[in-house]
Amino acid sequence: MKYSYYPGCTLKTKAKALDAYARASAKALGFELEEIKDWQCCGGVYPLGADEIATKLSSVRALADARDHGQELVTLCSACHHVIKRVNDDMKNVDDIRTRANNYMQLDTPYAGETNVLHFLEVLRDRVGFDELKKKVVNPLSGKKIGAYYGCLLLRPSEIMTFDDPENPKILEDFIRAIGAEPVVYPYRNECCGGYISLKEKEMAGRMTDTIQASASGFGAEMLITACPLCQYNLNQTVDGLPVLYFTELLAEALGVKEEAMA
Amino acid sequence: MSNVSKIEKQAALIREISGVNPYKCMKCGKCSATCPAFDEMDIKPHQFVSYVQEGNIAALAESKSLWKCLSCFACVERCPRDVKPAKLIDAARQIVEREKGGDYLMADEIPTLLDPELPQQLLVSAFRRYRR
Repeated sequence: MKYSYYPGCTLKTKAKALDAYARASAKALGFELEEIKDWQCCGGVYPLGADEIATKLSSVRALADARDHGQELVTLCSACHHVIKRVNDDMKNVDDIRTRANNYMQLDTPYAGETNVLHFLEVLRDRVGFDELKKKVVNPLSGKKIGAYYGCLLLRPSEIMTFDDPENPKILEDFIRAIGAEPVVYPYRNECCGGYISLKEKEMAGRMTDTIQASASGFGAEMLITACPLCQYNLNQTVDGLPVLYFTELLAEALGVKEEAMA
Repeated sequence: MSNVSKIEKQAALIREISGVNPYKCMKCGKCSATCPAFDEMDIKPHQFVSYVQEGNIAALAESKSLWKCLSCFACVERCPRDVKPAKLIDAARQIVEREKGGDYLMADEIPTLLDPELPQQLLVSAFRRYRR
């Protein structure tokens, strides 16, 4: 199975490992991520204004490219996923945005939200299946107690993201079980890490991540996993906090392709 | 333009940019109860909705809350009346940033804010939220 793939700016720079472990794992699981040609940065945050058009066009380009290849579009970074999924919803359901975006783009075939956007975790759950994943694990991470950190962007607004139950998600816990480890459910796993506030207001961001870290370690987690480079960065600012890993690193480790991924 | 008509226009603009109907609010306060930035805000999310209803736009434009909202969408998810306070806050922020001199982040500031681990995602997100 081949998917169109949108890596995003940070996966080409500070979060190369998030990308490399995902590609190697995809290969081991029997699907291919075909990177979109000439993709552009999603902007990191979804433009909320109903009159914002230009800031949505990079997402529309990626979406239309996947549509033209007849492929579903896979994302990995939580922020890219959030932005592209919401722009796709606009293109499908908001006449004014669809018309004006298409006027800018002048595509051969106007785009109207035809592409299905999947986060890499959704590919694991809905296309591969966690039971199948479990069968392909050669190096189960037995005994590891792992706290899933969801953050905001994958879950909310749930009406559009349709990712999981926004108040009591379980996709990452199911993933943790599939790779042979033990999930630790803790109260702050879907609370905000501070996001972009950490650029100018480090103290405010620090108070938020300290609370999340204390919540996870208090419930017995030994490490946290995330899909988002910014969540990882923010959570790492807590002094003596739990280590924060990308979920794809543990996936590659369980599938026995960790070394090869970074070669 | 008279002061009154400018205020009316800006209130209408906030409703248009946000696509939100603030009059549906039933003042339950769930948005403020769930907001992770509540302590940092001078005008709280539920109050923000009232200010828009009353057309008190000058106070919103001066509010620190514009720069404290995290776009975490907790209030959007949990609002029982679909009022979406984060969208109103963003619309007020847009009105400020679209005026000359309204940016909250300057390119010149960036070098002093960087550290070796800082992800690009943080810079692009902050640029998009804090300036035109």
